[in-house]
Amino acid sequence: MTVPEDPAAPDRADRADRPPGRLRGRQRSAALIGVLTLLLGFAIAVQVHANSSGDALAALREDDLIGILDNQNARADRLRQQIAALQQSLRQLQDSGDKAAAARRQALEQARALGILLGTLPAVGPGVIVTVTDPDAKLTGEDLFDVVEELRGAGAEAIQFGPVRVSTSTSFEGNGGVAVVDGTEVPSPYRITAIGDPKTLDTALNIPGGVAATARAAGGELTVQELPQVRIAVTRTLPPPKYAQPSR
Amino acid sequence: MIAGIALLAGIVLGLILRPTVPTWLEPYLPIAVVAALDAVFGGLRARLDGIFDAKVFVVSFISNVTVAALIVFLGDKLGVGSELSTAVVVVLGIRIFGNAAAIRRHLFRA
Repeated sequence: MTVPEDPAAPDRADRADRPPGRLRGRQRSAALIGVLTLLLGFAIAVQVHANSSGDALAALREDDLIGILDNQNARADRLRQQIAALQQSLRQLQDSGDKAAAARRQALEQARALGILLGTLPAVGPGVIVTVTDPDAKLTGEDLFDVVEELRGAGAEAIQFGPVRVSTSTSFEGNGGVAVVDGTEVPSPYRITAIGDPKTLDTALNIPGGVAATARAAGGELTVQELPQVRIAVTRTLPPPKYAQPSR
Repeated sequence: MIAGIALLAGIVLGLILRPTVPTWLEPYLPIAVVAALDAVFGGLRARLDGIFDAKVFVVSFISNVTVAALIVFLGDKLGVGSELSTAVVVVLGIRIFGNAAAIRRHLFRA
């Protein structure tokens, strides 16, 4: 063996002068060697495992880490800007949604109010029930129309004449005994339900020379019953306008 | 023989147990492993040369590991930890290569 001497190797020291036959010493050193190499193998496995399973950042240099950090910061900034923009558009959409909902609510309320005024919706509220008797069959459609007009003038918001809901286009005919309202024959006594301020309606009907006086002069009687709540369940359908168009 | 078996057993143990390296040990473990490898290669070469001595091996093993760890520790304290680690690894690597060359010559006569 002409091996070049390696002065750095610690195990090159020749210990040939070791006394032979020290079996226990040899066993002990063998055990020690075993333990040491076992530890070495263990450490190798642990280190390899830690190196492969640990996150990649741990092994990086400071400059690389700074670069990565910068990148991440820039990315975070971009994402924050995106968040802000999206939040703004979300707010805008919510605002417009709120506006649309408010407009829809308003339109609904308006439709309801118009429906009551036009007679397309049932109505309930304080009002009066007017009963007109006409034993002599002298009251004409015009007289009955006066009653309705009086009620309207006093601020009645919904009126039902007999079984007919009265609205802007309701017609009154008849020459006594039987009134024809919107083509429906309504026999005497006539019963008119109106929603409005009961006191005002009562007063309007009973003014001197008013419709009550007319009824009395015809031999009949007009009685007004003020009620805290009357119900008008009858509705009418409106034909769509043939000629008129909404204009702004 | 014992050393080889123990080494394998240690590797298997490490693979099975999969312990996590404590943080304070993290910078020292790789250097210690390289230093111990150097001792093992030196021991193998001595064995092939017929001059192996268990005591020398044990002492060199422990002292190698301790000195390597100390150097890294000192380097960390001086602020040149990574550079000194590199230096230790280079030196130990050269030694391992030298020992490996000797072992090769013994085994293959080339």
